[in-house]
Amino acid sequence: MATDAIDTESAFTSILARCHALSLRQQIAGDDAHKAIGYFPVYFPEEIVHAAGLLPYALLGGGNRVEVRYADARIGSFVCSICRTTTELGLNHSLGEMAGFFAQPICDAAKHMAGIWGRNFPQQDPQILALPQNVSSPAAARYVYDEYQRLRTILAEKVGRAITDDEIRASLGVYNENRRLQRALYAIKRDDPSRLSTVEAYLLIRAGTRIRREEHNVMLREALDLLARRRVRPMDKPRVIFVGGFCEQPPLEMIETIEDVCFIVDDDLLIGQRWITEDIPEQGDPVWALAESYIQRSASSPVQYDVRKPKEETLMTMLREARAEAAIISAAKFCEPGLDDQLALSRRLDREHIPHLVLEFEEKMTSFEQMAMQVETFAETLLFE
Amino acid sequence: MATLATPAATLAPDARAAGQRLVNEWLRNVQTAPERGQPVAYVFVMGNAIEILRVFGFELVFPEINSLQTGVRKAAPDFLARAEDFGFSPDVCSYVKADVGLMLNDMQHPSGARIPRPDIAIASSLCNVYIKWAEIWERHFGASTFVLDIPGKRFASWRPIPGSPQYDADKRWVQGQLEDLIAQCERITGRKFDPDKLAEVEANVNEMIRLWVEILKLNQGRPAPYNSMLDGLTYIGVLNAWRGTPEGVAYMRLLRDEVAAKVARGEGRVKDERYRLIFSGTPCYVNMRRMVELFELHGGVFAASDYLTYAAGGLDSSGLFYDPARPLESLAEVTTLASQLGLSNHFFSHHTLAQQVKEYNADGIVYHGIKSCRTVATSMADNREYVTSRYGLPTLYIESDLIDPRYWSDAQIKNRVDAFFEVLEQRRLLKGEA
Repeated sequence: MATDAIDTESAFTSILARCHALSLRQQIAGDDAHKAIGYFPVYFPEEIVHAAGLLPYALLGGGNRVEVRYADARIGSFVCSICRTTTELGLNHSLGEMAGFFAQPICDAAKHMAGIWGRNFPQQDPQILALPQNVSSPAAARYVYDEYQRLRTILAEKVGRAITDDEIRASLGVYNENRRLQRALYAIKRDDPSRLSTVEAYLLIRAGTRIRREEHNVMLREALDLLARRRVRPMDKPRVIFVGGFCEQPPLEMIETIEDVCFIVDDDLLIGQRWITEDIPEQGDPVWALAESYIQRSASSPVQYDVRKPKEETLMTMLREARAEAAIISAAKFCEPGLDDQLALSRRLDREHIPHLVLEFEEKMTSFEQMAMQVETFAETLLFE
Repeated sequence: MATLATPAATLAPDARAAGQRLVNEWLRNVQTAPERGQPVAYVFVMGNAIEILRVFGFELVFPEINSLQTGVRKAAPDFLARAEDFGFSPDVCSYVKADVGLMLNDMQHPSGARIPRPDIAIASSLCNVYIKWAEIWERHFGASTFVLDIPGKRFASWRPIPGSPQYDADKRWVQGQLEDLIAQCERITGRKFDPDKLAEVEANVNEMIRLWVEILKLNQGRPAPYNSMLDGLTYIGVLNAWRGTPEGVAYMRLLRDEVAAKVARGEGRVKDERYRLIFSGTPCYVNMRRMVELFELHGGVFAASDYLTYAAGGLDSSGLFYDPARPLESLAEVTTLASQLGLSNHFFSHHTLAQQVKEYNADGIVYHGIKSCRTVATSMADNREYVTSRYGLPTLYIESDLIDPRYWSDAQIKNRVDAFFEVLEQRRLLKGEA
């Protein structure tokens, strides 16, 4: 390999190593702890937090690296792992004293997170940002606007000053660029999957939940530049899509297991980071632009009812646009919305005669041998079809 | 201004028989709706906009009641097995699975009724599973679904203040959706919305709730005239099915008179009432009699339960009444307030439960964690920890399921209940009250 190719690979590996370290870190770094506004998945209007000079901090659970010592005594045995390990990270003080905590009505367990936080960490002013379920109603954008203005007032009180429209517009610009860069990563993954794996794209995007967005933009620009120069040897693997990672995140090892034998050419991992699908207008009332974009320029997930986006049709579009031949339909254990959709999606794929594999995961799982066997068998079937 | 209608039929002389007759009549009406050309709506017990549906003459099907009845009638295992064989995970809500079992049974319910298909389904955001459940109907029946998003309380000390910008924002949102719903109902039924009819329904609801609040308060005295988690469950069944009707008003009046008479006679549900308890959570319908028996054997009665608030529409919380003079606006207001003061309380119920202990002069709280119901049960153990450490109240936490008998462990639950009463007894001895 030529020297410049080695340098490129080495620089890219070094970025990924940093991303990996960030994704493993359970504590909020240094001074940021007191500026962090923690939020539970899926989506949160980070721009308003950013404009206030605070750090939006996506709470993504403890993965398979946290030992649950306290949370089991606080949460029912039938509740998903991300609620349990997030509570653990609070109770074992890993998250420290965040400046705020928000849950959203994505599911019934998530709504309880505001109650748990309120009883145990009242000083963090925990509450629910009541994003709506009936997003196709003509009244929805105005309601989201009002709820965002409430958020703006709460954050202004925390920082002791008003958050201006200009500040929010500037944040929209930063985040618009960030989403463009994320879309560029996903385009590479889709069009040239040998160049960028899903684990790599995932780590690059996940890093954005742990550092300032401007810094993340620099990181992604550098990564994209390196990717353009990366030397790759095209491989031949089945092209699949992966769904089920919209809230609780599957372990990295699970994604690696799939990627050993398939290209994941599209997915819904960390979909909240890419929830807004186009640039948010940077003119006019910026809070209205955010609210209207939530309604009109947004993705889809099992925890959002939207009559305009039937789940099965969204899946079929995803398959078609990604030029995928098969799907991995996954759900986190005890995730009612994910499990309900898993069945509906797999039945639709049955009807369309599209090969698919149904998997259940838990963020805390550590053994992947059985899953590897399932995925290998699935990939072999695809190759021989 | 609407006035209360006179009940069309004479009710049976006692509330129990009257309730049974009304439930049977409701099931008959539901079953015969298609042949009478009457539209059918599927609704849930929380956030259902029944008032609007009544204006348009919908017969109401409560799939939660259908599902719990599979448990009561010991048919749940078969219905659950059908849904699981179809592909539903064991971790999915058992009410949902029992309903899927019903669909797979060609809507033939174990009660003997054949449940008609919906013309519309209303799913509120007060339980997110409602929405996923309605999506299943969309797929199965091609039914028109209306998701009613009702913002709940945002944090424990949240107080909606009428006239405040925040309250106005939430109310405007709810009213906007109710207007959408009215337009949808007009399209389905071909009828024009009649605000006077809405006012009439609201007046009936007001009277039912006024009586219901009286009935709840009558259980504050000692001995408690009824058990919230046995008798109370039958009361709210009728309250839900006949909400907003003259028959519902007549039933609640009969019930109130009967309960008041028991209080006057000093007659309690439990012969020798020794302990008064608050029940938090949903029932285990498949074993409810047994569960209540485990407590009554020790002289324990469930004097109150948060279930009787949220499973009955939440209108008993904080004196909520409609103003029939401005029916639609008032419906939006009360729907919003009921959500924020009563129906979304599961997430922050610690202070309310402690308050109920005072109001009902209770000795402790029993938390019933339900595998199927994350809406109610996710953080119960944390709630319990808070209530115990903050208020020093005796509490018990047990787990089972709504209707899935696989999660009922009789010996284990009995052991825990017995141990709980030992603690209560010791506390009493220490206080010199034995």
